[in-house]
Amino acid sequence: MKRRILSVIAGTAVLSLAAGAASAATLDDVKSKDSVQCGVSQGLPGFSNPDQDGNWTGLDVDFCRAVAAAIFGDPSKVKFTPLSAKERFTALQSGDVDVLSRNTTWTMSRDTALGLNFSVVNYYDGQGFMVRKDLGVNSALELSGASICTNTGTTTELNVADYFRANNMEYELVAFEKADEVVAAYDAGRCDVYTTDQSGLYAQRLKLTDPGAHIVLPEIISKEPLGPVVRQGDDQWLNIIKWTHFAMLNAEELGVTQANVDEMKSSDNPSVKRLLGTEGEFGGAIGLGNDWAYNIIKAVGNYGETFDRNVGPDTPLAISRGVNAQWNQGGLQYGPPIR
Amino acid sequence: MALQDVSQDVGQPKVALFNDPKIRGWVYQIVLLVVIIYLVVVGVQNMFANLAAQNIASGFGFIGRNAGFAISQSLLEYSQAESSYGKVYVVGLLNTVSIAFIGILLATVLGFLIGIARLSHNFIVRGVATVYVEIFRNIPLLLHIFIWYFGVLRLLPHPRNSGDLGWLGLLNNRGWFAPKPLPQELFFITAIAFVIGIIVTIFISRWSRQRQAKTGQQFPVFWTGVGLILGMPVLVFLVTGTPLEFDYPVAGGFRPSGGMTIIPEFIAMLLALSSYTAAFIAEIVRAGIMAVNKGQTEAAHALGLRHGPTLRLVIIPQAMRVIIPPLTSQYLNLTKNSSLAVAIAYPDLVSVFAGTALNQTGQAVEILGVTMLTYLALSLLTAAFMNWYNAKMALVER
Ligand SMILES: N[C@@H](CCC(=O)N[C@@H](CS)C(=O)NCC(=O)O)C(=O)O
Repeated sequence: MKRRILSVIAGTAVLSLAAGAASAATLDDVKSKDSVQCGVSQGLPGFSNPDQDGNWTGLDVDFCRAVAAAIFGDPSKVKFTPLSAKERFTALQSGDVDVLSRNTTWTMSRDTALGLNFSVVNYYDGQGFMVRKDLGVNSALELSGASICTNTGTTTELNVADYFRANNMEYELVAFEKADEVVAAYDAGRCDVYTTDQSGLYAQRLKLTDPGAHIVLPEIISKEPLGPVVRQGDDQWLNIIKWTHFAMLNAEELGVTQANVDEMKSSDNPSVKRLLGTEGEFGGAIGLGNDWAYNIIKAVGNYGETFDRNVGPDTPLAISRGVNAQWNQGGLQYGPPIR
Repeated sequence: MALQDVSQDVGQPKVALFNDPKIRGWVYQIVLLVVIIYLVVVGVQNMFANLAAQNIASGFGFIGRNAGFAISQSLLEYSQAESSYGKVYVVGLLNTVSIAFIGILLATVLGFLIGIARLSHNFIVRGVATVYVEIFRNIPLLLHIFIWYFGVLRLLPHPRNSGDLGWLGLLNNRGWFAPKPLPQELFFITAIAFVIGIIVTIFISRWSRQRQAKTGQQFPVFWTGVGLILGMPVLVFLVTGTPLEFDYPVAGGFRPSGGMTIIPEFIAMLLALSSYTAAFIAEIVRAGIMAVNKGQTEAAHALGLRHGPTLRLVIIPQAMRVIIPPLTSQYLNLTKNSSLAVAIAYPDLVSVFAGTALNQTGQAVEILGVTMLTYLALSLLTAAFMNWYNAKMALVER
């Protein structure tokens, strides 16, 4: 016993690292805090970005709101922690955030060696290059010798290394900690090339002095499946995260939208009934109420709606659905059935 | 007082062992030490147990693994294809040490000049120095770094129209592309001449000091030194047929090729660190000089010393005793502040090792531990050197 007490003191006083390690039941924590703590980026338009009034918006933000809606029936019961690429995993490991929803690429080492779990992909991306139009470059293969600006702590650094090595090209890598400095340095002419996830390029281009003077090159040099991340060892919480995304996918596939979700409650389609909780007890199986998915769709809409609202063709980012379309529309987004 | 004398005369009274203050003191120390060691051991054990429980990889196995990312400035041969995380550590450490070392030299020179200017009789010189100190001391360092960095980047031209510095190479916003010296076969003779020059100068200055103490005769040590350390090697260099060639950078492509590159991040970091720290050093120097009693100057003048020798032989040696201890803290500050480099992509230890390497491996505890120990060692080394110098400069009582 004495040993136990001492080790507790030592663990917390000497190395506060132990904090949060033992708390496995994230859902209980979240309920007692009365909000979901969600790790997001420090400002990436379309994904997680504060607007003029300081409200967070974006695809990744809507995902967090959807989780809050599923748990509390209230999408506003979420708090955001802006994290740099470098800080994000430590923040999740140490329990500072309950879920990381920050354009984070699912890789094997992150999924296995960090004590973290990836589960779903809410945006299929790939790494691209952006250059000034007046550079006269049309392909990434013409970039030998170029200076390349990017973020530290990302998959980007390694991908670009692999790509240039594979193509026998030279380059100079200038890696900043914060995304804003990358943009500023690229804008000031420090680099010929800005490289990151292609969605990120479209988003960051909006921050340049003259966005029209830059083009994104056609090459995609990597797979960047982006999705929410949680700590290992809490299957219930993992299920909530997974099924929040799947509920949004199923809703789109079944034609359930934010606008018609109330009408749809009286639909005869059994799939819709199971989704909206008018049949079966699916919410209870993940520790939530039976109207969990109804609340999600009521709050943020289905996957297609959040996509269109945040990054779609009618937004400044103007990204088409591409591989992020539903599986029956030629895309990769596939929601396992609720049954 | 009287009481003590009496007790000493009588001798120590017999006390129980555990009441003996000396033994008690020892027991307390030992208990404290044991408790501290126990807490540390248990804490570390607990930490590793927690890491394992959370499925977070730990250990130092990653050091030998291939890092696979590029670094924009390396004093060693570094290749992203083959180099390991261990190499990343060394490259980052050398980058930190080089910016700190050059930064300290520059800050010291600048700080002494400004500190002396602060005491100038010339109103304008004094005013400029005061304004400098107040501006640089009162703006956060990170802002200095950004101002220098983006200022430097904005001012410099695109590589397509690089500024031509003639024999100094090319300058553009990818850096300063300086000619790279390529010593030829016979160059080592010049290097030897240089070393010999230094050694001989040291001996001459000793000899002249002793002679002056004995006979009062002076010897032009300074000019002899210049001749020996600079003149002789130059002569040797010319005689051996100028055995040094330069690899000049050539413009073209995305940036000039050949030569050696000094990246803008290094330039900006160096300027920011040294100009900022110089403001603090200037104040230390000013305070140090002012701490020397005015009577010292008057006495020196009364002995017939002119202004220069008074400053050099009387004021500065005494001022140094006041200056060195706080100067040491400034050196330590500069070294630690160099870790802000990550903000502008200068690849120092924190940026490449505690940044990129940490993120690729996820081993925060090990990497941060090593990084902290490294800064501790750098600081202790600097402090040890400065303490040695301080002891050398301390008043020698005769
Ligand atoms: N998906 C990549 C890159 C993620 C990343 O950090 N991208 C940058 C550039 S698009 C970013 O999100 N910056 C915004 C910020 O740091 O707030 C990864 O997971 O490593």
